Amino acid sequence: MYVAVKGGEKAISAAHAWLDETRRGDTGLPELSVAQIEQQMALAVDRVMAEGSCHDRFLAALAIKQAKGDLIEAAFLLRAYRTTLPRFGASAPLETSRMRLRRRISATYKDLPGGQVLGPTFDYTHRLLDFALAAEGRDAPATPEAPTDMTDVPRVTEILAREGLMQREALSESEPGDLTREPLSFPASRAVRLQNLARGDEGFLLALGYSTQRGYGNAHPFVGEIRVGHIGVEITPPELGFAIDIGDIGITECQMVNQFKGSRTEPAQFTRGYGLVFGHGERRAMSMALVDRGLRARELGEEADAPAQQEEFVLYHSDNIEATGFVEHLKLPHYVDFQSELENLRTIRRAAEAELREAAE
Amino acid sequence: MTQIETPSPHAARQHWMATLARASAEDLAERLATLPPFPEPETLRAPETGLVMVRGRAGGDGEAFNLGEMTVTRCALRLGAHIGHAYIAGRDHAKARLAALLDAALQDSALHQTCMQAVVEPLAAAQQAAHAAEARKAAATRVDFFTMATMR
Repeated sequence: MYVAVKGGEKAISAAHAWLDETRRGDTGLPELSVAQIEQQMALAVDRVMAEGSCHDRFLAALAIKQAKGDLIEAAFLLRAYRTTLPRFGASAPLETSRMRLRRRISATYKDLPGGQVLGPTFDYTHRLLDFALAAEGRDAPATPEAPTDMTDVPRVTEILAREGLMQREALSESEPGDLTREPLSFPASRAVRLQNLARGDEGFLLALGYSTQRGYGNAHPFVGEIRVGHIGVEITPPELGFAIDIGDIGITECQMVNQFKGSRTEPAQFTRGYGLVFGHGERRAMSMALVDRGLRARELGEEADAPAQQEEFVLYHSDNIEATGFVEHLKLPHYVDFQSELENLRTIRRAAEAELREAAE
Repeated sequence: MTQIETPSPHAARQHWMATLARASAEDLAERLATLPPFPEPETLRAPETGLVMVRGRAGGDGEAFNLGEMTVTRCALRLGAHIGHAYIAGRDHAKARLAALLDAALQDSALHQTCMQAVVEPLAAAQQAAHAAEARKAAATRVDFFTMATMR
């Protein structure tokens, strides 16, 4: 039986009007501008760009405003918007060794060329609520400056690779798979896995990465290097025929160094887990790197029995837009589905009761 | 700043296009206003916003993968004998039009020098200064390790 249900338009429109009012909040307070969100909620903007898989600070800030600060809803809005735009092409792969660094740290070498540059970090803050921030109109103190010589900042992985202690990455000039064009299929290439993780839910990646540290996957990772900064994006438009730089984006990169026992063909050496994300997102880049290494288990001939090593499980559940769509669709009317379930249950109960009566007679 | 390998036969144009791409529409308009007005350009492709898929490399130096998209606006204009192109990060149509106009003007030998002096060079200098200031802030957060033994 199918019963079309109409109605509810008035209720929906009233609900949305109330949503608009609650978004604005107390009208006695000044309204937040998109520019304020973009500037002062910068890490929320970064997360929405990463999970929305679209780098545009203004759009991400607008989405946060519209979503009342619900960052998954905001990422959803950004993903929906991107589907309205044509694709002009793909960039040249970012050469992150040339990024303009704000921060660069290594947990494996204390005295490495380029040094440990902390940048604007929460690390080493005391995590005490700062009530001074509650008083508005306070200007941030001037940031100290020092003479700079950030010319030679080699990759930690390259230092190890030159000694033969770090597995080199496979090189391939083939077109990488693109999740926005073709659905996932298994086994997934490393390129597709990295794309999936780069836009995956931060909480999901964090929990999976954490699980590899706690013994589900036998990882023993070190942060070889974290880099945070800006980089120019380069494309080659066909009408020009040469590469042009179209402007900067913010990125965070994490190189996780992991042990590898070696195999019949390869000596014992370190292997990499790699994280690269839009904006300033160290937790996200580190988690991505841990999970990337977990997903390399099969390729490296390791047992793959932990959750973070199971490609289908990880890649099918990392996307919070898909996940929220499927979980939240349960809120939508399922009246007819449920009627049939109810009917089914009643039939079972009637049959069971009839059997009981027969047995008693 | 840029990833472009030099020398390239297009190095000069790549430099000004990269500089224009990083300037704001306001900056470009302000700089242009200091020049005698150009003839009205012919619009070949009105400003149009789309996406570019940004790629990274596995492990930083391995095979390419798709990191995510970014918004990009492009525009093409004809100014006299020259076609100016702009591809700029973001969705600012006014900026794309100004950048394409300047790209055309900069290819014109009669206009090149004045456009470089009035627009590109000051913008490039301001961008360099901003990058240098950021690098100095980063340098101030570099850790100078010392051992406790030296404190005795």
